[in-house]
Amino acid sequence: MLTLSNVDAGYGTFQALFDCTLEVNAGEAVAVIGPNGAGKTTLMRVISGLIPARGGRMDMEGRDLVATAPHRIVELGIAHVPENRRLFPRMSVEDNLRMGAFVPSARAAFSRRLEFVYDLFPRMKERRHQFAGTLSGGEQQMCAIGRALMCEPKLLLLDEPSAGLAPVIVQRIFELVRIIREQGLTVLIVEQNVQQVLRVVDRAYVLEAGSIRMSGAAEELAASDEIRRLYMGL
Amino acid sequence: MGKIDTRVWLVVIAATLFVCLAYVPAIVREGDFVLAVSDVFLYESMINGLLLGGVLALLSLGLNLIFGVVDVVWICYAEIVMLGMYGIYYLHSVYGVPLAIAMPAGILITAAIGYAVHELVIRHLLDSAPINQLLATGGLLFFFQSVATLAFGIDFRNLGVSLGSFPLTEDIYISWSRLAAFAVAAACVVFLYLFLTRTFMGTAIRAISQDREIMTLMGAAQGRLYLISSAIGGGLAGLAACLLVLQYDVHPFVGLSFGPITFMICVLGGLGNMVGGFIAAFIFSELIALGGYHFDLEWGYVFAFVFFIAMMFVRPEGIMGRRS
Repeated sequence: MLTLSNVDAGYGTFQALFDCTLEVNAGEAVAVIGPNGAGKTTLMRVISGLIPARGGRMDMEGRDLVATAPHRIVELGIAHVPENRRLFPRMSVEDNLRMGAFVPSARAAFSRRLEFVYDLFPRMKERRHQFAGTLSGGEQQMCAIGRALMCEPKLLLLDEPSAGLAPVIVQRIFELVRIIREQGLTVLIVEQNVQQVLRVVDRAYVLEAGSIRMSGAAEELAASDEIRRLYMGL
Repeated sequence: MGKIDTRVWLVVIAATLFVCLAYVPAIVREGDFVLAVSDVFLYESMINGLLLGGVLALLSLGLNLIFGVVDVVWICYAEIVMLGMYGIYYLHSVYGVPLAIAMPAGILITAAIGYAVHELVIRHLLDSAPINQLLATGGLLFFFQSVATLAFGIDFRNLGVSLGSFPLTEDIYISWSRLAAFAVAAACVVFLYLFLTRTFMGTAIRAISQDREIMTLMGAAQGRLYLISSAIGGGLAGLAACLLVLQYDVHPFVGLSFGPITFMICVLGGLGNMVGGFIAAFIFSELIALGGYHFDLEWGYVFAFVFFIAMMFVRPEGIMGRRS
């Protein structure tokens, strides 16, 4: 579904990604793990067009992402839940969800999608008139995921969904990733919480200093001594 | 003291000021309380203040809309109103186009000017330092004034249309054109509110002022939203031009008589905050009307400006602004 070949990217004179090659197949859940500053968020931002790729190729179902204008990428079926959630803080939950359905193709299905998201997160329905900025961290994450689901995406990019949340909530977020997969969505997830994320994904890539160091099936990586030592503190 | 408490205090202070300004000068002058509070002309000027506030609110909404979305203050905003007034004047008085067509045409002209200002000037300065953006829109102010002077001359032009006035009571007469200006401005404020809260595009305009980058992820082209907002802001200037051209003469410097006030209203309300600007417009217009009634018209402006300067010490972020 999504393929990246030899992608380079960076900010100003700083290069954050070197020669990244990565593939996500339809129906799969894939994780990208790695230490802080490895370029995980940059990778997500390159895919959704927030920063341009400097080299390499990116394709989504055969369509060239590099040549697609940033605001058109969502129309190809890629929804990005950004790092730190980035809700519109002084707008209601429902207005936030409405913005998730901003693309013309999604507007027609707005009420149907809204119902879908409210079924998935009954909490959001209760709080639909509340400012998003006043929600708790876990609720904000749900709202951010709900907003991304509004456009009926094929591929969901999740950037650190568990960051800054209490352990109980983290469990619920990972549970949610499982539920989203059952809906038939393909998921690419970036996480620091390596132990937990490897339980919900099929495959994972290890990103270090901007390069893909390792990749493999989730169970394999979870069993590898190196991963256990470096990322799980075991 | 919480934020809400501060606002309650502000309302109390503003109301006290209002009452003082309304009655104290008359009590001092007449030496009689009953005589002072039963002065019908005082109420007439209060009503006129309210009616003026409607137009000021409309102007501040347009400026706030553009600032909220694009994050650039259009110093030249009142000059766009001036160009709109000239457009309507020329279409109607020179080319004989009926007002019912000339006015919508004026709105289209200013919407096009708003669009052009963004496309030709602002768009290229989005990443520049704020001072350069201010200098550019300030430069546009002089550009528009000079163009108007060259093209139209410095004569004061008048539509020559008088709608007359009607008696509200025996003694209080209300000018039709002022009432119409208020009614249209109020209707437009309601319409704009519905647009901003009920439509995808309006919600997007509010959203992009809260997080620019994320709207790209939502599938909105930032440049297009900027252009739409600039055109709407320009159109609002044109609507204000329709209302003002009925009451005032047009000349190349007419923008100076309400441009600075509009800017101060926006700052007093909290730049980019439409509700704050709306409230501030009425505070300003009442101060001007009451000061003008008891003293001279110019004194009304002095009171309004002194109030503005005092408020900048008390609450520099504006009535409804957030401390950043």
